[in-house]
Amino acid sequence: MSEPSQHSAKCEVSFSVNGRTTSLQVHAMARLLDVLRHELGLTGTKEGCGEGECGSCSVLVDGVLVNSCLIPALQANGARIVTIEGLSAESGAAGLQEAFLECGAAQCGICTPGMILAAFHLLNKKPQPSVAEIREGLAGNLCRCTGYMQIVEAVAEVARSGAAR
Amino acid sequence: MNNSSIVGTSVPRLEGRDKISGQARYVDDMGLPGMLYGATVRSKIARGKIKKINFGSEINWEEFIIVRPADIPGKNCIALIDDDQPCLAEGTVNHPEEPFLLLAHPDRHLLPKAVEAVTVEYDSLPAIFTIDESETPAQVIWGADNTFKSYLIEKGNVDAVWENADYIVEGEYTTGAQEQLYIENNGMIAQFDAAKGVTVWGSLQCPYYIHKALMKLCNLPADKVRVVQMETGGAFGGKEEYPSMIAAHAALLAMKSRRPVKIIYDRMEDMTATTKRHPSRTRHRTAVSKDGKILGGEIEFTIDGGAYKTLSPVVLSRGAIHAGGAYFWPSVRIRAKAVATNMPPHGAFRGFGAPQSLFALERHMDRIAKVVGISAVEIRRRNFLKTGQTTTTEQLVREEIDLGKLLDRALDLSSYHARKEKFAAENQQNGRKKGMGIAAFLHGAGFTGSGERYLGSTVGVAGCADGTVRILVSSTEFGQGTKTVLCQIVAETLGLPFRDVAIAQPDTDEVPNSGPTVASRTVMVVGKLVQSAAVGIRETLKASGKIADSYSAEEFRAACRAHVEQHGKFQSFAKYEQPEEVVWDEEKYRGSAYAAFAWAVYVAEVTVDPVTYSVSVDDFVALQEVGKVLHPTLAKGQIIGGAVQGIGFALYEKVIWHNGRMQNGQMTNYIIPTSPDLPSIRVYFEELGNVHGAYGAKGIGELPMDGPAPAVVNAIVDAVGVPFDSVPLLPEDIFDVLGEEPARQDVVSSSRVARGAQEEQEQR
Repeated sequence: MSEPSQHSAKCEVSFSVNGRTTSLQVHAMARLLDVLRHELGLTGTKEGCGEGECGSCSVLVDGVLVNSCLIPALQANGARIVTIEGLSAESGAAGLQEAFLECGAAQCGICTPGMILAAFHLLNKKPQPSVAEIREGLAGNLCRCTGYMQIVEAVAEVARSGAAR
Repeated sequence: MNNSSIVGTSVPRLEGRDKISGQARYVDDMGLPGMLYGATVRSKIARGKIKKINFGSEINWEEFIIVRPADIPGKNCIALIDDDQPCLAEGTVNHPEEPFLLLAHPDRHLLPKAVEAVTVEYDSLPAIFTIDESETPAQVIWGADNTFKSYLIEKGNVDAVWENADYIVEGEYTTGAQEQLYIENNGMIAQFDAAKGVTVWGSLQCPYYIHKALMKLCNLPADKVRVVQMETGGAFGGKEEYPSMIAAHAALLAMKSRRPVKIIYDRMEDMTATTKRHPSRTRHRTAVSKDGKILGGEIEFTIDGGAYKTLSPVVLSRGAIHAGGAYFWPSVRIRAKAVATNMPPHGAFRGFGAPQSLFALERHMDRIAKVVGISAVEIRRRNFLKTGQTTTTEQLVREEIDLGKLLDRALDLSSYHARKEKFAAENQQNGRKKGMGIAAFLHGAGFTGSGERYLGSTVGVAGCADGTVRILVSSTEFGQGTKTVLCQIVAETLGLPFRDVAIAQPDTDEVPNSGPTVASRTVMVVGKLVQSAAVGIRETLKASGKIADSYSAEEFRAACRAHVEQHGKFQSFAKYEQPEEVVWDEEKYRGSAYAAFAWAVYVAEVTVDPVTYSVSVDDFVALQEVGKVLHPTLAKGQIIGGAVQGIGFALYEKVIWHNGRMQNGQMTNYIIPTSPDLPSIRVYFEELGNVHGAYGAKGIGELPMDGPAPAVVNAIVDAVGVPFDSVPLLPEDIFDVLGEEPARQDVVSSSRVARGAQEEQEQR
């Protein structure tokens, strides 16, 4: 873990998170993940590994899926950030979340926020993905409970019904 | 009464909405005013005496709370089966990453540096790291001979079978450590108050394990220790016993600082310091008739327990009882042993010893088939346990299980025969080799033998002032669907809509001890108990004339409200009673080991790449009899998830050890299956029912972990024609054999088995 010490200098960062513009003072190398969780109380974004392997901390930054444990908050200056807490306001996201519930795609739930954001990002890029494309599209998000199948089913279900559009 | 059936339908997961919206609260999502962060200082060596602990001058230690063994108010141990594992090592360390000192500070960013600044001068002692080293003890690190526990299971007279055997087949099989790798790392928050005692909130499976451990460690009475489970992000056994250690550490820091303390492990600490699946070695020596019938056998099952006893005796027991699998052994001798090494203690992981001994057995069945000259299908069919026969512990199989039929259905679903024939032809032409592998197995549900009687689980169901009912159990949800299924059972029992039933978050101040959430026992054992407790609520309302024999949900709610108004607290409790036919002799290790077994046949289809030696699983059929399926979506999720962990155990997950320390404690280099790695796992159920489980349910959680490794490795052996007897089996392991000796194709002539078999044949 490479976390900044309290002694490093603070800088101002401002961005929009889930539709609300926020400005705050952060340590120069503070991870976006820590700023979201600790400064803004958005604890739906999870830390699984702290090194960009598991995808539990996935958020959308200007529509791009990023591991928030890997990027300094300052890098998101001026960006539009969407976390799991604000996702349902995005067009089509609610249907995707319901499909996760319906298909049994969430078990312990710890990977679920990141997985849903990854699936949402995938469906935005490619509304009608094949099963292979879904599996590939979610390859950056690890789940230890489901064996992925019911997650893939949920995404395929949304693609089929067009609920995400 | 509402007649619509809730059991057997896929109602929405109770806490599912919180999980899909980011609202579910895990321990790291919680904070308390004035909270400090705690960190653990751990041994860097495997074994030695601590001569001196130095505190580096670069840190202002005045700012830190420091806890040493001397600060422990009670006994310095993590109470479990024995009290052998210290909470903080004192004087001697026995494995890498063993905790000996605790630190806390308000700024969590300062802790890693402070941990690094604590250095130790050791007198190193020689250490041992493998089963072999432990058995030939140049170093005795535990008791008289490094043995934590041994069992002997004997059925019939196995010494008499060798003389008449047509074949004697031997094999040795090993399995490696496996990390549970729940995606939520371990974590705890503790708070201390002189009046209320210690409270901990955490990621955990077994609230009452922690309760017991904290009472002894902190020297507090039962009512001064409170354990609350937060939403738990995966566990798989990995949060059965180790959370007691973390709770203990957080509690000690909280008691010393008089402030709340949070300890959250990062991934590397979680992987290197906490428990893993026990590495194992199994030796089989089996007497077989010329038509492929098992006459008897000797099985030696040995597991590496690590440096302290912890749960190893129980893991060993389950592994030993499952070592004979789903087959009839006229006679057998099983010697099982858990040995000590200077590794971090190995612990609970889904399957709990059975995946290890069943991997060995199911590989061995294929080996026997080769020696006898019959198919992998026939060797199993001819030896399956049948109704009326007895298991290796002489437990009578009472239920009408037809394993031959189960096998036929699995073969049919996987197009086994057609594909096997096709691959045999194509493998002659193609570089890419394809193969089919079978595993047939069983898994016992609930605690072993008299375990459930000793536990004596208690559950409660409460009628509430608003007319709803609330389940009171210490059984925890960590992905399996505990809350959902227990609520289904109570709703079904009372004829209420699903939404009228709630379940308390496990909190030892509120819920009785319904036992640990382990051993595939929750739906079967605890489920049956909540059903009884719910009947108690209904009968009380009937007896007082508030509801008739038949009632609507609205009538029930009104009656419940009225009862609470008149009498106040309205609770019904049920306590486990051992069924009469479950008789177990702990001394002889004989009798009814489990109230019920689930049965399964899995079939794997694989391709082995001739260039990279990587294996892809192309198709996977998982067929099982698990009693009544109470929630099809959750049940399917358990099977797929378990099967994928099993495929990981077989093909990907390798712990690299150096002097007892895990070297690849990161998700970057300890590889678990990702979404593109896998085929569709095709899941099928047979539902025979079970008199001991709620609505006929059996345990389901661990079963799917047992079969994939042998099915996949049997398929690899089928594809390449060379035996592999160890997991994990990575491409480099396959290359080591195939790459160097491309001509070595004959299973029989390359194995130790055949030598034994040929000698036997020559003697005849």
